[in-house]
Amino acid sequence: MADPALHGVLAEFDNPTSLLNAAHKAREAGYRDLDAFTPYPIEEISDAIGFHDRRLSKIVLGGGLAGMLAGYGLQYWVHAVTYPINVAGKPPNSWPQFVPVTFELTILFSALAAVIGMIVLNGLPMPYHPVFNVPRFSNASRDRFFLLVEATDPKFDRKQTMDFLKTLQAREVSEVEP
Amino acid sequence: MATQGLTTDLPVLGRLRRQGLMVGAAGLILGAIGAFAQPDQFMPAWLIGFTFCLGLSLGCLAMLMIQHMSGGRWGLVARRVFEAGSRLLPYCLLLYIPIGVMLPKLYIWARPAAVQADHILVLKQPYLNVPFALVRAAIYFGVWIFCMWHLNRWSVRQDRGEVAVTPADMRRFRVISAPGLLAYVILMTFASVDWLMSLDPRWYSTIFGFIVVVGQGLAALSLAAVSLALLAPYDPLARYLKPVHVHDIGKLTLAFVMLWAYMSFSQFLIIWAGNLPEEIPFYLVRMRSGWQYVSLLLALGHFALPFCLLLSRDLKRHPRLLARVALFILAMRLLDLIWIVAPNFNQNGFPIHWMDVSIPVGLAGVWVFLFAAAGH
Repeated sequence: MADPALHGVLAEFDNPTSLLNAAHKAREAGYRDLDAFTPYPIEEISDAIGFHDRRLSKIVLGGGLAGMLAGYGLQYWVHAVTYPINVAGKPPNSWPQFVPVTFELTILFSALAAVIGMIVLNGLPMPYHPVFNVPRFSNASRDRFFLLVEATDPKFDRKQTMDFLKTLQAREVSEVEP
Repeated sequence: MATQGLTTDLPVLGRLRRQGLMVGAAGLILGAIGAFAQPDQFMPAWLIGFTFCLGLSLGCLAMLMIQHMSGGRWGLVARRVFEAGSRLLPYCLLLYIPIGVMLPKLYIWARPAAVQADHILVLKQPYLNVPFALVRAAIYFGVWIFCMWHLNRWSVRQDRGEVAVTPADMRRFRVISAPGLLAYVILMTFASVDWLMSLDPRWYSTIFGFIVVVGQGLAALSLAAVSLALLAPYDPLARYLKPVHVHDIGKLTLAFVMLWAYMSFSQFLIIWAGNLPEEIPFYLVRMRSGWQYVSLLLALGHFALPFCLLLSRDLKRHPRLLARVALFILAMRLLDLIWIVAPNFNQNGFPIHWMDVSIPVGLAGVWVFLFAAAGH
Protein backbone atom coordinates (compact mmCIF):
# COMPACT_ATOMS: atom_id res chain seq x y z
CA MET A 1 0.00 0.00 0.00
CA ALA A 2 1.15 3.55 -0.67
CA ASP A 3 2.23 5.42 2.42
CA PRO A 4 1.67 9.19 2.38
CA ALA A 5 3.76 9.68 5.53
CA LEU A 6 6.93 8.77 3.65
CA HIS A 7 8.58 9.77 0.37
CA GLY A 8 10.14 6.33 0.10
CA VAL A 9 12.89 4.07 1.27
CA LEU A 10 16.53 4.61 0.31
CA ALA A 11 19.14 1.86 0.16
CA GLU A 12 22.86 2.62 0.02
CA PHE A 13 25.38 0.46 -1.86
CA ASP A 14 29.17 0.33 -2.06
CA ASN A 15 29.55 -0.32 -5.77
CA PRO A 16 27.60 -0.14 -9.02
CA THR A 17 27.38 -3.93 -9.34
CA SER A 18 25.40 -4.32 -6.11
CA LEU A 19 23.20 -1.39 -7.10
CA LEU A 20 22.44 -2.95 -10.50
CA ASN A 21 21.83 -6.31 -8.88
CA ALA A 22 19.49 -4.74 -6.29
CA ALA A 23 17.60 -2.80 -8.97
CA HIS A 24 17.07 -6.01 -10.99
CA LYS A 25 15.91 -7.88 -7.89
CA ALA A 26 13.53 -5.06 -6.96
CA ARG A 27 12.03 -5.12 -10.47
CA GLU A 28 11.63 -8.88 -10.24
CA ALA A 29 9.94 -8.52 -6.84
CA GLY A 30 7.36 -6.30 -8.52
CA TYR A 31 8.50 -2.80 -7.53
CA ARG A 32 7.94 -0.23 -10.26
CA ASP A 33 8.50 3.29 -8.86
CA LEU A 34 12.28 3.11 -8.56
CA ASP A 35 14.98 5.73 -8.84
CA ALA A 36 18.75 5.48 -8.63
CA PHE A 37 21.50 7.95 -7.73
CA THR A 38 25.14 7.41 -8.66
CA PRO A 39 28.31 9.54 -8.55
CA TYR A 40 28.92 8.96 -12.26
CA PRO A 41 26.76 7.79 -15.18
CA ILE A 42 26.09 4.05 -15.32
CA GLU A 43 24.69 3.08 -18.68
CA GLU A 44 22.82 -0.06 -17.63
CA ILE A 45 20.96 1.59 -14.76
CA SER A 46 18.10 3.01 -16.83
CA ASP A 47 17.21 -0.49 -18.04
CA ALA A 48 17.65 -1.90 -14.55
CA ILE A 49 15.14 0.46 -12.91
CA GLY A 50 12.80 0.11 -15.87
CA PHE A 51 13.14 3.65 -17.17
CA HIS A 52 11.64 3.77 -20.66
CA ASP A 53 10.97 7.46 -21.14
CA ARG A 54 11.93 8.27 -24.73
CA ARG A 55 10.46 11.77 -24.84
CA LEU A 56 13.89 13.41 -24.84
CA SER A 57 14.98 11.62 -28.06
CA LYS A 58 11.91 12.98 -29.81
CA ILE A 59 12.57 16.49 -28.54
CA VAL A 60 16.18 16.30 -29.78
CA LEU A 61 15.06 14.98 -33.17
CA GLY A 62 12.58 17.83 -33.42
CA GLY A 63 15.29 20.33 -32.48
CA GLY A 64 17.64 18.88 -35.08
CA LEU A 65 15.06 19.04 -37.86
CA ALA A 66 14.14 22.62 -36.87
CA GLY A 67 17.83 23.59 -36.98
CA MET A 68 18.21 21.98 -40.40
CA LEU A 69 15.28 23.89 -41.84
CA ALA A 70 16.35 27.12 -40.15
CA GLY A 71 19.93 26.78 -41.43
CA TYR A 72 18.98 26.05 -45.00
CA GLY A 73 16.08 28.49 -44.96
CA LEU A 74 18.23 31.34 -43.69
CA GLN A 75 20.80 30.85 -46.44
CA TYR A 76 18.22 30.31 -49.14
CA TRP A 77 16.36 33.44 -48.10
CA VAL A 78 19.52 35.56 -48.00
CA HIS A 79 21.30 34.19 -51.10
CA ALA A 80 18.46 33.32 -53.42
CA VAL A 81 15.60 35.62 -52.44
CA THR A 82 16.57 38.91 -50.85
CA TYR A 83 20.17 39.56 -51.88
CA PRO A 84 21.37 37.33 -54.71
CA ILE A 85 25.05 37.87 -55.59
CA ASN A 86 26.84 36.12 -58.41
CA VAL A 87 29.78 34.31 -56.78
CA ALA A 88 32.06 32.58 -59.30
CA GLY A 89 29.12 32.06 -61.65
CA LYS A 90 27.40 29.66 -59.26
CA PRO A 91 23.61 29.63 -59.04
CA PRO A 92 22.06 31.62 -56.17
CA ASN A 93 20.66 28.46 -54.56
CA SER A 94 23.98 26.54 -54.36
CA TRP A 95 23.14 23.68 -52.03
CA PRO A 96 26.70 22.35 -51.56
CA GLN A 97 27.76 25.72 -50.18
CA PHE A 98 24.80 25.70 -47.77
CA VAL A 99 25.52 22.30 -46.24
CA PRO A 100 28.12 23.34 -43.59
CA VAL A 101 25.92 26.01 -42.00
CA THR A 102 22.85 23.75 -42.25
CA PHE A 103 24.83 21.01 -40.52
CA GLU A 104 26.12 23.34 -37.79
CA LEU A 105 22.66 24.70 -37.02
CA THR A 106 21.27 21.14 -36.92
CA ILE A 107 23.85 20.28 -34.27
CA LEU A 108 23.34 23.55 -32.37
CA PHE A 109 19.55 23.22 -32.26
CA SER A 110 19.65 19.56 -31.26
CA ALA A 111 22.18 20.30 -28.51
CA LEU A 112 20.04 23.15 -27.19
CA ALA A 113 16.92 20.97 -27.43
CA ALA A 114 18.74 18.21 -25.52
CA VAL A 115 19.87 20.50 -22.69
CA ILE A 116 16.64 22.48 -22.35
CA GLY A 117 14.49 19.36 -22.81
CA MET A 118 16.50 17.53 -20.16
CA ILE A 119 16.10 20.42 -17.68
CA VAL A 120 12.35 20.72 -18.31
CA LEU A 121 11.67 16.96 -18.20
CA ASN A 122 13.66 16.65 -14.97
CA GLY A 123 11.56 19.39 -13.44
CA LEU A 124 14.61 21.56 -12.76
CA PRO A 125 15.26 23.86 -11.04
CA MET A 126 13.98 21.95 -8.03
CA PRO A 127 14.82 23.74 -4.75
CA TYR A 128 13.56 20.91 -2.55
CA HIS A 129 13.80 17.14 -2.91
CA PRO A 130 13.01 14.74 -0.06
CA VAL A 131 16.05 12.46 -0.59
CA PHE A 132 18.28 15.16 0.85
CA ASN A 133 16.56 14.58 4.19
CA VAL A 134 18.77 11.50 4.50
CA PRO A 135 22.10 12.88 5.74
CA ARG A 136 24.18 10.16 4.09
CA PHE A 137 22.70 11.02 0.69
CA SER A 138 25.44 13.62 0.07
CA ASN A 139 27.70 10.63 -0.58
CA ALA A 140 25.79 10.03 -3.81
CA SER A 141 28.04 12.63 -5.39
CA ARG A 142 31.14 11.00 -3.91
CA ASP A 143 31.45 7.21 -3.71
CA ARG A 144 28.07 5.69 -2.83
CA PHE A 145 25.26 4.30 -4.96
CA PHE A 146 21.62 4.71 -3.91
CA LEU A 147 18.39 2.97 -4.86
CA LEU A 148 15.11 4.66 -3.96
CA VAL A 149 11.78 2.86 -3.77
CA GLU A 150 9.12 5.55 -3.82
CA ALA A 151 6.11 5.40 -1.55
CA THR A 152 3.82 5.81 -4.56
CA ASP A 153 4.71 2.25 -5.58
CA PRO A 154 1.61 0.02 -5.30
CA LYS A 155 3.70 -2.68 -3.62
CA PHE A 156 5.28 -0.25 -1.15
CA ASP A 157 5.12 -1.13 2.52
CA ARG A 158 7.33 0.64 5.07
CA LYS A 159 8.48 -2.49 6.89
CA GLN A 160 8.43 -5.08 4.12
CA THR A 161 10.24 -2.87 1.63
CA MET A 162 12.95 -2.01 4.15
CA ASP A 163 13.41 -5.68 5.02
CA PHE A 164 13.51 -6.58 1.35
CA LEU A 165 16.20 -3.99 0.58
CA LYS A 166 18.28 -5.22 3.52
CA THR A 167 18.42 -8.68 1.91
CA LEU A 168 20.12 -7.13 -1.17
CA GLN A 169 23.45 -6.42 0.56
CA ALA A 170 22.54 -2.80 1.12
CA ARG A 171 25.06 -1.06 3.34
CA GLU A 172 22.33 0.91 5.00
CA VAL A 173 18.57 1.34 4.43
CA SER A 174 16.84 4.52 5.57
CA GLU A 175 13.38 6.01 5.44
CA VAL A 176 13.00 9.21 3.44
CA GLU A 177 10.79 11.89 5.06
CA PRO A 178 8.57 13.68 2.55
CA MET B 1 37.45 -17.70 -23.91
CA ALA B 2 40.54 -17.08 -25.92
CA THR B 3 41.91 -20.60 -25.93
CA GLN B 4 38.56 -22.04 -26.91
CA GLY B 5 38.25 -19.54 -29.74
CA LEU B 6 41.50 -20.95 -31.06
CA THR B 7 40.67 -24.61 -30.80
CA THR B 8 37.00 -25.00 -31.62
CA ASP B 9 35.90 -25.35 -35.22
CA LEU B 10 32.34 -24.12 -35.35
CA PRO B 11 29.95 -25.36 -38.04
CA VAL B 12 29.22 -21.76 -38.94
CA LEU B 13 32.88 -21.26 -39.85
CA GLY B 14 32.81 -24.33 -42.07
CA ARG B 15 29.74 -22.99 -43.83
CA LEU B 16 31.42 -19.61 -44.22
CA ARG B 17 34.51 -21.28 -45.71
CA ARG B 18 32.44 -23.20 -48.26
CA GLN B 19 30.42 -20.13 -49.19
CA GLY B 20 33.56 -18.01 -49.47
CA LEU B 21 35.24 -20.60 -51.64
CA MET B 22 32.21 -20.95 -53.91
CA VAL B 23 31.77 -17.20 -54.35
CA GLY B 24 35.52 -16.82 -54.81
CA ALA B 25 35.70 -19.54 -57.43
CA ALA B 26 32.65 -18.24 -59.30
CA GLY B 27 33.94 -14.66 -59.32
CA LEU B 28 37.41 -15.63 -60.39
CA ILE B 29 36.23 -17.99 -63.16
CA LEU B 30 34.07 -15.17 -64.52
CA GLY B 31 37.09 -12.90 -64.15
CA ALA B 32 39.31 -15.35 -66.06
CA ILE B 33 36.79 -15.52 -68.88
CA GLY B 34 36.66 -11.73 -68.88
CA ALA B 35 40.43 -11.51 -68.95
CA PHE B 36 40.41 -13.19 -72.35
CA ALA B 37 37.32 -11.44 -73.68
CA GLN B 38 38.23 -7.92 -72.56
CA PRO B 39 41.83 -7.85 -71.29
CA ASP B 40 41.77 -4.06 -70.80
CA GLN B 41 39.12 -4.37 -68.10
CA PHE B 42 40.99 -6.95 -66.08
CA MET B 43 43.62 -4.86 -64.24
CA PRO B 44 41.24 -2.06 -63.13
CA ALA B 45 38.86 -4.68 -61.75
CA TRP B 46 41.77 -6.42 -60.03
CA LEU B 47 42.83 -3.10 -58.47
CA ILE B 48 39.29 -2.63 -57.09
CA GLY B 49 39.39 -6.14 -55.61
CA PHE B 50 42.85 -5.57 -54.18
CA THR B 51 41.91 -2.29 -52.48
CA PHE B 52 38.70 -3.85 -51.12
CA CYS B 53 40.49 -6.83 -49.55
CA LEU B 54 43.31 -4.59 -48.34
CA GLY B 55 40.70 -2.34 -46.73
CA LEU B 56 39.29 -5.26 -44.77
CA SER B 57 42.69 -6.47 -43.56
CA LEU B 58 44.23 -3.08 -42.84
CA GLY B 59 41.04 -1.85 -41.21
CA CYS B 60 41.23 -4.89 -38.93
CA LEU B 61 44.88 -4.14 -38.13
CA ALA B 62 44.06 -0.49 -37.37
CA MET B 63 41.10 -1.42 -35.17
CA LEU B 64 43.24 -4.01 -33.40
CA MET B 65 45.89 -1.39 -32.63
CA ILE B 66 43.24 1.14 -31.52
CA GLN B 67 41.79 -1.56 -29.29
CA HIS B 68 45.17 -2.23 -27.69
CA MET B 69 45.59 1.50 -27.04
CA SER B 70 42.09 2.32 -25.83
CA GLY B 71 40.91 -0.91 -24.24
CA GLY B 72 37.16 -1.16 -23.78
CA ARG B 73 34.64 -3.95 -23.96
CA TRP B 74 33.90 -3.46 -27.70
CA GLY B 75 37.51 -4.35 -28.43
CA LEU B 76 37.48 -7.34 -26.12
CA VAL B 77 34.75 -9.16 -28.03
CA ALA B 78 35.86 -8.00 -31.49
CA ARG B 79 39.60 -8.58 -30.96
CA ARG B 80 39.60 -12.12 -32.41
CA VAL B 81 37.80 -10.87 -35.51
CA PHE B 82 40.35 -8.09 -35.99
CA GLU B 83 43.25 -10.46 -35.40
CA ALA B 84 41.91 -12.98 -37.90
CA GLY B 85 41.31 -10.22 -40.46
CA SER B 86 44.73 -8.67 -40.01
CA ARG B 87 46.42 -12.06 -40.52
CA LEU B 88 45.30 -11.94 -44.17
CA LEU B 89 47.70 -9.08 -44.99
CA PRO B 90 50.08 -11.53 -46.74
CA TYR B 91 47.15 -12.50 -49.00
CA CYS B 92 46.76 -8.81 -49.86
CA LEU B 93 50.48 -8.64 -50.62
CA LEU B 94 49.95 -11.56 -53.00
CA LEU B 95 47.13 -9.61 -54.67
CA TYR B 96 49.45 -6.63 -55.10
CA ILE B 97 52.03 -8.60 -57.10
CA PRO B 98 50.08 -8.56 -60.41
CA ILE B 99 49.56 -4.82 -59.94
CA GLY B 100 53.26 -4.27 -59.29
CA VAL B 101 54.12 -6.23 -62.43
CA MET B 102 51.50 -4.53 -64.59
CA LEU B 103 51.91 -0.93 -63.38
CA PRO B 104 51.96 0.52 -66.95
CA LYS B 105 48.59 -1.11 -67.65
CA LEU B 106 47.01 0.89 -64.83
CA TYR B 107 48.98 4.09 -64.44
CA ILE B 108 49.81 6.67 -67.09
CA TRP B 109 52.89 7.75 -65.12
CA ALA B 110 54.36 4.26 -65.55
CA ARG B 111 54.36 4.59 -69.36
CA PRO B 112 57.55 6.38 -70.47
CA ALA B 113 56.07 7.59 -73.78
CA ALA B 114 53.04 9.14 -72.09
CA VAL B 115 55.24 10.82 -69.48
CA GLN B 116 57.48 12.41 -72.12
CA ALA B 117 54.41 13.84 -73.84
CA ASP B 118 53.18 15.62 -70.71
CA HIS B 119 55.31 18.23 -68.96
CA ILE B 120 53.44 17.88 -65.63
CA LEU B 121 54.13 14.15 -65.56
CA VAL B 122 57.81 14.81 -66.19
CA LEU B 123 57.82 17.12 -63.17
CA LYS B 124 56.06 14.49 -61.06
CA GLN B 125 58.44 11.76 -62.13
CA PRO B 126 60.78 11.95 -59.09
CA TYR B 127 57.91 10.53 -57.04
CA LEU B 128 55.72 8.78 -59.60
CA ASN B 129 58.10 6.30 -61.22
CA VAL B 130 58.06 2.50 -61.35
CA PRO B 131 61.11 1.55 -59.20
CA PHE B 132 60.27 4.02 -56.42
CA ALA B 133 56.59 2.94 -56.45
CA LEU B 134 57.64 -0.69 -55.96
CA VAL B 135 60.05 0.24 -53.16
CA ARG B 136 57.29 2.20 -51.44
CA ALA B 137 54.88 -0.73 -51.76
CA ALA B 138 57.49 -2.98 -50.18
CA ILE B 139 57.91 -0.52 -47.28
CA TYR B 140 54.14 -0.24 -46.72
CA PHE B 141 53.62 -3.99 -46.61
CA GLY B 142 56.80 -4.51 -44.59
CA VAL B 143 55.67 -2.18 -41.80
CA TRP B 144 52.06 -3.40 -41.78
CA ILE B 145 52.99 -7.07 -41.76
CA PHE B 146 55.60 -6.41 -39.06
CA CYS B 147 52.92 -4.90 -36.76
CA MET B 148 50.40 -7.61 -37.62
CA TRP B 149 52.89 -10.42 -37.05
CA HIS B 150 54.03 -9.24 -33.62
CA LEU B 151 50.56 -8.44 -32.30
CA ASN B 152 49.25 -11.84 -33.39
CA ARG B 153 52.27 -13.78 -32.18
CA TRP B 154 52.09 -12.30 -28.66
CA SER B 155 48.34 -12.84 -28.56
CA VAL B 156 48.70 -16.52 -29.48
CA ARG B 157 51.37 -16.90 -26.79
CA GLN B 158 49.00 -15.48 -24.19
CA ASP B 159 46.24 -17.81 -25.33
CA ARG B 160 48.48 -20.84 -25.01
CA GLY B 161 49.37 -19.73 -21.50
CA GLU B 162 53.06 -19.44 -22.30
CA VAL B 163 53.14 -15.97 -20.78
CA ALA B 164 50.98 -14.58 -18.01
CA VAL B 165 48.55 -11.83 -18.97
CA THR B 166 50.03 -9.09 -16.82
CA PRO B 167 50.02 -5.32 -17.29
CA ALA B 168 53.73 -5.58 -18.10
CA ASP B 169 53.00 -8.10 -20.83
CA MET B 170 50.11 -6.05 -22.24
CA ARG B 171 52.46 -3.08 -22.46
CA ARG B 172 54.28 -4.78 -25.35
CA PHE B 173 51.13 -4.60 -27.45
CA ARG B 174 50.96 -0.87 -26.87
CA VAL B 175 54.62 -0.38 -27.71
CA ILE B 176 53.84 -1.72 -31.19
CA SER B 177 50.35 -0.25 -31.50
CA ALA B 178 51.09 3.41 -30.76
CA PRO B 179 53.77 3.95 -33.42
CA GLY B 180 51.98 1.34 -35.57
CA LEU B 181 48.81 3.45 -35.75
CA LEU B 182 50.79 6.53 -36.68
CA ALA B 183 52.74 4.60 -39.31
CA TYR B 184 49.55 3.04 -40.67
CA VAL B 185 47.84 6.39 -41.26
CA ILE B 186 50.91 8.03 -42.79
CA LEU B 187 51.79 5.05 -44.99
CA MET B 188 48.18 4.51 -46.06
CA THR B 189 48.00 8.17 -47.09
CA PHE B 190 50.99 7.63 -49.36
CA ALA B 191 49.63 4.28 -50.52
CA SER B 192 46.29 5.84 -51.46
CA VAL B 193 48.19 8.35 -53.58
CA ASP B 194 50.24 5.59 -55.22
CA TRP B 195 47.44 3.13 -55.88
CA LEU B 196 44.26 5.19 -56.30
CA MET B 197 44.79 8.92 -56.62
CA SER B 198 47.56 8.65 -59.21
CA LEU B 199 45.23 6.78 -61.58
CA ASP B 200 44.61 10.36 -62.69
CA PRO B 201 48.07 11.83 -62.09
CA ARG B 202 46.95 15.41 -62.63
CA TRP B 203 44.32 15.28 -59.90
CA TYR B 204 45.05 15.77 -56.23
CA SER B 205 43.14 16.07 -53.00
CA THR B 206 44.85 16.34 -49.63
CA ILE B 207 42.00 14.68 -47.72
CA PHE B 208 41.88 11.67 -50.05
CA GLY B 209 44.15 9.49 -47.89
CA PHE B 210 41.94 10.01 -44.87
CA ILE B 211 38.83 9.09 -46.85
CA VAL B 212 40.50 5.78 -47.73
CA VAL B 213 41.65 5.24 -44.11
CA VAL B 214 38.17 5.93 -42.73
CA GLY B 215 36.68 3.61 -45.35
CA GLN B 216 39.00 0.84 -44.17
CA GLY B 217 38.02 1.39 -40.54
CA LEU B 218 34.36 1.29 -41.52
CA ALA B 219 34.88 -1.95 -43.46
CA ALA B 220 36.56 -3.57 -40.44
CA LEU B 221 33.79 -2.49 -38.06
CA SER B 222 31.12 -3.79 -40.45
CA LEU B 223 33.04 -7.05 -40.68
CA ALA B 224 33.12 -7.23 -36.88
CA ALA B 225 29.36 -6.63 -36.68
CA VAL B 226 28.67 -9.41 -39.21
CA SER B 227 31.11 -11.82 -37.54
CA LEU B 228 29.69 -11.22 -34.07
CA ALA B 229 26.16 -11.88 -35.34
CA LEU B 230 27.34 -15.14 -36.97
CA LEU B 231 29.27 -16.31 -33.91
CA ALA B 232 26.83 -15.05 -31.25
CA PRO B 233 24.81 -18.30 -30.88
CA TYR B 234 27.93 -20.40 -30.21
CA ASP B 235 30.31 -20.80 -27.31
CA PRO B 236 32.47 -19.05 -26.23
CA LEU B 237 30.80 -15.88 -27.48
CA ALA B 238 27.30 -16.97 -26.43
CA ARG B 239 28.36 -16.73 -22.79
CA TYR B 240 29.99 -13.30 -23.05
CA LEU B 241 28.25 -11.31 -25.75
CA LYS B 242 25.71 -8.85 -24.37
CA PRO B 243 23.62 -6.19 -26.12
CA VAL B 244 26.02 -3.51 -24.81
CA HIS B 245 28.89 -5.03 -26.82
CA VAL B 246 26.87 -5.04 -30.02
CA HIS B 247 25.66 -1.55 -29.17
CA ASP B 248 29.26 -0.30 -28.92
CA ILE B 249 30.16 -1.75 -32.33
CA GLY B 250 26.99 -0.18 -33.73
CA LYS B 251 27.86 3.21 -32.29
CA LEU B 252 31.38 3.07 -33.75
CA THR B 253 29.94 2.04 -37.13
CA LEU B 254 27.61 5.05 -37.03
CA ALA B 255 30.54 7.31 -36.15
CA PHE B 256 32.59 5.98 -39.09
CA VAL B 257 29.66 6.32 -41.50
CA MET B 258 29.42 9.98 -40.45
CA LEU B 259 33.18 10.48 -40.63
CA TRP B 260 33.29 9.04 -44.15
CA ALA B 261 30.46 11.34 -45.23
CA TYR B 262 32.08 14.33 -43.53
CA MET B 263 35.41 13.80 -45.29
CA SER B 264 33.93 12.89 -48.66
CA PHE B 265 31.72 15.94 -48.58
CA SER B 266 34.62 18.18 -47.50
CA GLN B 267 36.57 17.00 -50.52
CA PHE B 268 33.61 17.60 -52.79
CA LEU B 269 32.73 21.02 -51.36
CA ILE B 270 36.26 22.40 -51.60
CA ILE B 271 36.80 21.15 -55.15
CA TRP B 272 33.32 22.27 -56.21
CA ALA B 273 33.78 25.75 -54.72
CA GLY B 274 37.29 26.15 -56.09
CA ASN B 275 36.32 24.88 -59.55
CA LEU B 276 39.98 24.69 -60.62
CA PRO B 277 40.89 22.97 -63.89
CA GLU B 278 43.28 20.47 -62.19
CA GLU B 279 40.78 19.42 -59.53
CA ILE B 280 37.26 19.60 -60.93
CA PRO B 281 37.54 16.89 -63.67
CA PHE B 282 37.38 14.23 -60.93
CA TYR B 283 33.80 15.25 -60.18
CA LEU B 284 32.85 16.28 -63.73
CA VAL B 285 33.55 12.72 -64.90
CA ARG B 286 31.49 11.34 -62.01
CA MET B 287 28.53 13.63 -62.77
CA ARG B 288 27.79 12.47 -66.29
CA SER B 289 27.31 9.45 -68.58
CA GLY B 290 25.58 7.38 -65.92
CA TRP B 291 28.10 7.99 -63.14
CA GLN B 292 25.82 10.63 -61.60
CA TYR B 293 23.43 7.86 -60.57
CA VAL B 294 26.28 5.94 -58.92
CA SER B 295 27.34 9.13 -57.10
CA LEU B 296 23.77 9.65 -55.91
CA LEU B 297 23.51 6.02 -54.84
CA LEU B 298 26.71 6.45 -52.81
CA ALA B 299 25.41 9.57 -51.08
CA LEU B 300 22.18 7.77 -50.19
CA GLY B 301 23.49 4.26 -49.58
CA HIS B 302 26.88 4.97 -48.06
CA PHE B 303 25.60 7.76 -45.85
CA ALA B 304 21.90 8.67 -45.66
CA LEU B 305 20.34 5.22 -45.29
CA PRO B 306 22.85 3.65 -42.85
CA PHE B 307 22.95 6.92 -40.90
CA CYS B 308 19.18 6.98 -40.40
CA LEU B 309 19.03 3.26 -39.59
CA LEU B 310 21.94 3.38 -37.14
CA LEU B 311 20.34 6.24 -35.23
CA SER B 312 18.01 3.65 -33.76
CA ARG B 313 19.21 2.36 -30.41
CA ASP B 314 17.23 -0.87 -30.71
CA LEU B 315 18.79 -1.70 -34.09
CA LYS B 316 22.30 -1.13 -32.74
CA ARG B 317 21.63 -3.57 -29.88
CA HIS B 318 20.22 -6.29 -32.15
CA PRO B 319 23.08 -8.42 -33.58
CA ARG B 320 21.26 -9.75 -36.66
CA LEU B 321 19.70 -6.44 -37.67
CA LEU B 322 23.03 -4.65 -37.21
CA ALA B 323 24.73 -7.35 -39.29
CA ARG B 324 22.33 -6.71 -42.17
CA VAL B 325 23.09 -3.00 -42.14
CA ALA B 326 26.80 -3.87 -41.92
CA LEU B 327 26.58 -6.17 -44.96
CA PHE B 328 24.90 -3.35 -46.87
CA ILE B 329 27.69 -0.96 -45.81
CA LEU B 330 30.29 -3.47 -47.05
CA ALA B 331 28.55 -3.55 -50.43
CA MET B 332 28.65 0.25 -50.44
CA ARG B 333 32.37 0.17 -49.59
CA LEU B 334 32.89 -1.87 -52.77
CA LEU B 335 30.76 0.57 -54.74
CA ASP B 336 32.82 3.48 -53.36
CA LEU B 337 36.05 1.86 -54.57
CA ILE B 338 34.49 1.12 -57.98
CA TRP B 339 33.42 4.77 -58.08
CA ILE B 340 36.99 5.90 -57.38
CA VAL B 341 38.76 3.53 -59.80
CA ALA B 342 36.47 2.68 -62.70
CA PRO B 343 35.71 6.16 -64.15
CA ASN B 344 39.42 6.49 -64.96
CA PHE B 345 39.09 3.63 -67.43
CA ASN B 346 35.47 3.54 -68.42
CA GLN B 347 34.14 6.97 -69.23
CA ASN B 348 31.76 5.97 -72.00
CA GLY B 349 28.88 3.56 -72.11
CA PHE B 350 27.50 1.77 -69.08
CA PRO B 351 29.39 3.06 -66.06
CA ILE B 352 30.17 -0.15 -64.19
CA HIS B 353 31.68 -3.04 -66.10
CA TRP B 354 30.56 -6.49 -64.96
CA MET B 355 34.16 -7.45 -64.25
CA ASP B 356 34.45 -4.50 -61.85
CA VAL B 357 32.03 -6.42 -59.67
CA SER B 358 32.84 -10.07 -60.35
CA ILE B 359 36.60 -9.93 -59.73
CA PRO B 360 36.39 -7.95 -56.44
CA VAL B 361 33.59 -10.22 -55.22
CA GLY B 362 35.69 -13.24 -56.18
CA LEU B 363 38.78 -11.93 -54.39
CA ALA B 364 36.66 -11.01 -51.37
CA GLY B 365 35.18 -14.52 -51.42
CA VAL B 366 38.67 -15.99 -51.16
CA TRP B 367 39.37 -13.45 -48.40
CA VAL B 368 36.30 -14.65 -46.47
CA PHE B 369 37.39 -18.27 -46.96
CA LEU B 370 40.83 -17.52 -45.53
CA PHE B 371 39.26 -15.39 -42.78
CA ALA B 372 37.02 -18.25 -41.65
CA ALA B 373 39.98 -20.62 -41.86
CA ALA B 374 42.10 -18.23 -39.77
CA GLY B 375 39.55 -18.46 -36.96
CA HIS B 376 40.98 -21.72 -35.66
